[in-house]
Amino acid sequence: MTATPEATEATPTIVLVGHGMVGQRFLEALAERGLTATHRVVVLCEEPRPAYDRVALTSYFSGRTAEDLSMTDMEFIETHGIELYVGDPAVSVDREAKKVTARSGQVFDYDTLVLATGSFPFVPPVPNKDAEGCFVYRTIEDLLAIEEYAKTATTGAVVGGGLLGLEAAGALKGLGLTSHIVEFAPRLMPVQVDEGGGAALLRTIEDMGLSVHTGVGTQEIVTDSEGAVTGMKLSDGSELATDLVVFSAGVRPRDQLARDCGLTVGERGGITVDEQCRTVADPHVFAIGECALAADGRVYGLVAPGYEQAETAAATIASDEAAFVGADLSTKLKLLGVDVASFGDAHGATEDCLDVVYSDSRAGLYKKLVIGRDGTLLGGILVGDAEAYGTLKAFTGSVPPVSPESLVLPAGAGAPAQIGPAALPDDAIICSCNNVRKGTIRGAVTEHNCTTVPEVKKCTKAGTTCGSCVKVLGQLVTAELEASGVEVDKGLCGCFAQTREELYEIVLALRVNTYQDLLDRYGRDGARGGDGCEICKPAVGSIIASLAPTIGASGYVLDGEQAALQDSNDHFLANIQKNGSYSVVPRIAGGEITPEGLIVIGEIARDFGLYTKITGGQRIDMFGARVEQLPLIWARLVDAGFESGHAYGKSLRTVKSCVGQTWCRYGVQDSVRMAIDLELRYRGLRSPHKLKSAVSGCQRECAEAQSKDFGVIATAGGWNLYVGGNGGATPRHADLLAQDLSDAELIRLIDRFLMFYIRTADRLERTSVWLERIPGGLDHVRDVVVEDSLGICEELESLMAAHVANYRDEWAETINDPEKLARFVSFVNAPDTPDPVVGFVPERDQIKPDLPLLTIGSRPLEGSAQR
Amino acid sequence: MTLAPETTDLKIQVRLDEDWVTVCDLTRLLPGRGVAALLPDGGQVALFRDRAGQLYAIDNRDPFGGAAVLSRGLTGTHQGRPFVASPLLKQRFDLETGQCLDDEAVRVATYEVRAS
Ligand code: SRM
Ligand SMILES: Cc1cc2nc3c(=O)[nH]c(=O)nc-3n(C[C@H](O)[C@H](O)[C@H](O)COP(=O)(O)OP(=O)(O)OC[C@H]3O[C@@H](n4cnc5c(N)ncnc54)[C@H](O)[C@@H]3O)c2cc1C
Ligand code: SF4
Ligand code: FES
Repeated sequence: MTATPEATEATPTIVLVGHGMVGQRFLEALAERGLTATHRVVVLCEEPRPAYDRVALTSYFSGRTAEDLSMTDMEFIETHGIELYVGDPAVSVDREAKKVTARSGQVFDYDTLVLATGSFPFVPPVPNKDAEGCFVYRTIEDLLAIEEYAKTATTGAVVGGGLLGLEAAGALKGLGLTSHIVEFAPRLMPVQVDEGGGAALLRTIEDMGLSVHTGVGTQEIVTDSEGAVTGMKLSDGSELATDLVVFSAGVRPRDQLARDCGLTVGERGGITVDEQCRTVADPHVFAIGECALAADGRVYGLVAPGYEQAETAAATIASDEAAFVGADLSTKLKLLGVDVASFGDAHGATEDCLDVVYSDSRAGLYKKLVIGRDGTLLGGILVGDAEAYGTLKAFTGSVPPVSPESLVLPAGAGAPAQIGPAALPDDAIICSCNNVRKGTIRGAVTEHNCTTVPEVKKCTKAGTTCGSCVKVLGQLVTAELEASGVEVDKGLCGCFAQTREELYEIVLALRVNTYQDLLDRYGRDGARGGDGCEICKPAVGSIIASLAPTIGASGYVLDGEQAALQDSNDHFLANIQKNGSYSVVPRIAGGEITPEGLIVIGEIARDFGLYTKITGGQRIDMFGARVEQLPLIWARLVDAGFESGHAYGKSLRTVKSCVGQTWCRYGVQDSVRMAIDLELRYRGLRSPHKLKSAVSGCQRECAEAQSKDFGVIATAGGWNLYVGGNGGATPRHADLLAQDLSDAELIRLIDRFLMFYIRTADRLERTSVWLERIPGGLDHVRDVVVEDSLGICEELESLMAAHVANYRDEWAETINDPEKLARFVSFVNAPDTPDPVVGFVPERDQIKPDLPLLTIGSRPLEGSAQR
Repeated sequence: MTLAPETTDLKIQVRLDEDWVTVCDLTRLLPGRGVAALLPDGGQVALFRDRAGQLYAIDNRDPFGGAAVLSRGLTGTHQGRPFVASPLLKQRFDLETGQCLDDEAVRVATYEVRAS
């Protein structure tokens, strides 16, 4: 299938106009049917890049690059000999001569023409709609333009509160803008949700800090003398000030090319096709995707029906039988922090249907199921908790095995029946974007030997589009592996078959307070009685340290056996550097330091010749200390009132602060005091990974709290608590956990949150990853720590209270213990001799490691006595 | 060479060519952790003791980073073999043979060691 067919009389040509999501799927379907080998295939692509994942467009703002979004494997294009013309749209079609002309002037003869031109965003005809600062939201280029313009803007407004509008508004907020949504209908997402769902959705969206204006239209865009947007006039007479406007008021099929060449189009647009996706006017022309008006009289604005049309057209060209007769309109909103889903007959249009509704507007929950007379699940709406979406959607059209009430009641209320994907029939559709049934997924595991979700995704395409089915996919894969007897080893390492969470529970419940005891009693068979490994030793050391007061272990990490468990840095209470020297980081709580404190640090650094640097964590790092200098340096620091900053530990690092209310004209609370309080409260707390925090004095967020494991932002009414943020290699914006908390409420929630994380996270799993991984995600964590759904909050709080009460400074303890101090030498047999490999050379008036010295001691193996 | 951990007046000795060099008291070696010693020829040796009392001695230099730090790594057993993981970039070295478990081509020197 790799030969490029010559464009001879004998080789029929297929010309595809539009290389979007559906166009790409059409090419794949052609290849699968062998049509690329027998046809010349020409693709005219208008955008400056080949097909990419438009559905995931918004994730560009959360760090995915244009390359990540690409759906086009150039190898695929090449091996199948496809001629792809990027940035060269079709400008006209001559159906009589069967020719397409591209903008570049190239003319292509076709035997079959396939139009997959998608849609364009509809912009209501309001005055100044084209002003500078007005955008649409459809292509990567649109996003790039919005991103650039947002740099100089502070407020943004989205016209349209539908699925896309909400996504766009969330994105604007993510760009740091105060965001407004203006929706003409009386509720958000009017197409998908009903009134009850709309009310719950409104609450959630407003809680996220977006302003919603429903029941008002946009009348005019207001501009300044330069023609740039400054606001918009609304139909109720009010004016909304904004620097940027995104129109997201629906899409219209791009059918101009078809109109120009005399093809039939629908009254409200869309190229009219039959069930084979052939245009009704010309059997040589097909239309698929969002530009097509399907045989059922609808234009589909979702990708799944488009994919089905692509398959249908390819099958028809191959003379196979296929038909597209209509599709499901299930949707799930991909906006971070909002769970909204609707599926099947969500509005109850079926005759005689009944509803089951659960609504709790206080918690922003609304769930409705539409049930037929015979008990068939017809559809539904989920707001606030779309946990069950994947399963419910798959059950649509059948009678679920349990009563409908039990499907919508929240966990804890009554006896909720858990219907897992195991109960689904094999022909249930799991991935509606790609039309993959449960049987196919099971087959991927049993017949194609897939053992992980990524493998199954590759093999079946399930889960590769909107991603909303990935969770069910994971459950199915695990269930199938287990059923076929493959053991899924979730153990921590080669020594323990338990997960970190299970080990934590064992240590806590059975008060196991030494590593050896744990290994000998609970280790894997071959590992008992052994020396453990570099994975479980620090992990268990950390569990023991975080539970120390409760299980009767020493809270001092260098005591007894614990010393042997610690990672090398924890063992020396400092961070090792590339030449074997160490860095010293005293705690500077909240980043606040007196001039005297600065002078002490300066003097110590000068006296020991250390390199000093202000860190990214609002404190001062001194580099280049030899191991034997660490106790001397710390003796002086401790004497001046400093304590360990735990820069080496998987524990609390810093709580950054902004200057806040005390000085800043915008501040609404004392952020520095709160940062210091939090840092002192949680200092020394050992956790699965490091913990970072910050407190900002107002929404301007100068302390970057939303990039922290737990971040706090002051409000006029108290504090907002955000959790699960992360900088680093995979940044994640924190999620809002609770709002307007008093000091005491804030601390209580953080106590619970941290202890719950420490209890249930995996080794080296930051809160961001943990929050994404644990079943139920943020909602579950909120249930547990805010609503106390598991009834464990009292225990979590008392564990934290024990930690706080038992905190002691590790460095103060160490410098007062001669036995421990004896370890801080380069050589056990020459305590006064410094390691000759640790040397320094000058740079910019300070020191840096002397790297050539590191080659000393690199001796040939023969040079030493061999065993 | 299994010893009762309480034994106190035993010294650790490392063999350098024909001689046994006395390094330190056995008690200075915490099970599961190492120490470094300076040899008369200027070489550095990393000494370890495992839970069963077995002693090991390898060159202290991390051949990947060049710093003399292997004595500060975490120890453990991998498929029955005792190892130390470098504190720099975590490569593991077999304590008996010096073989790097993460890179076939790399090996560090080993020494004979005893307590007497
Ligand atoms: C010193 C400092 C850089 C500087 O010169 O400013 C630094 C230095 C190190 N960082 Fe960092 N990070 C420093 C701020 C940060 C920040 C900024 C912040 O905290 O606001 C981040 C991003 C925020 C975040 O963590 O979410 C940061 C993200 C990382 C990561 C990636 C974490 C992630 O989740 O992706 C690592 C690697 C890791 O922890 O696995 C890391 C690891 C390290 C280590 C510990 C690597 C190592 O093992 O040698 C560095 C050793 C420090 C030392 O020897 O003292 N450092 N590091 C900063 C110390 C702050 C402090 O006062 O404690
Ligand atoms: C932000 C966003 C989020 C979305 N989220 C979802 C979701 O969660 N679920 C879902 O099902 N759908 C979602 N959609 C809709 C989904 O992206 C579309 O249904 C899908 O892209 C339609 O595919 P298509 O190939 O028909 O059109 P497109 O992907 O738009 O591709 C059409 C292509 O044709 C090109 N073209 C047009 N005219 C010509 C010409 N004359 N010559 C050459 N090329 C031409 C266009 O430039 C475009 O590249 C979302 C859309 C957006 C914008
Ligand atoms: S976050 Fe607000 S209070 Fe704090 S410094 Fe910035 S503007 Fe001032
Ligand atoms: S349902 Fe969208 S990827 Fe599976």
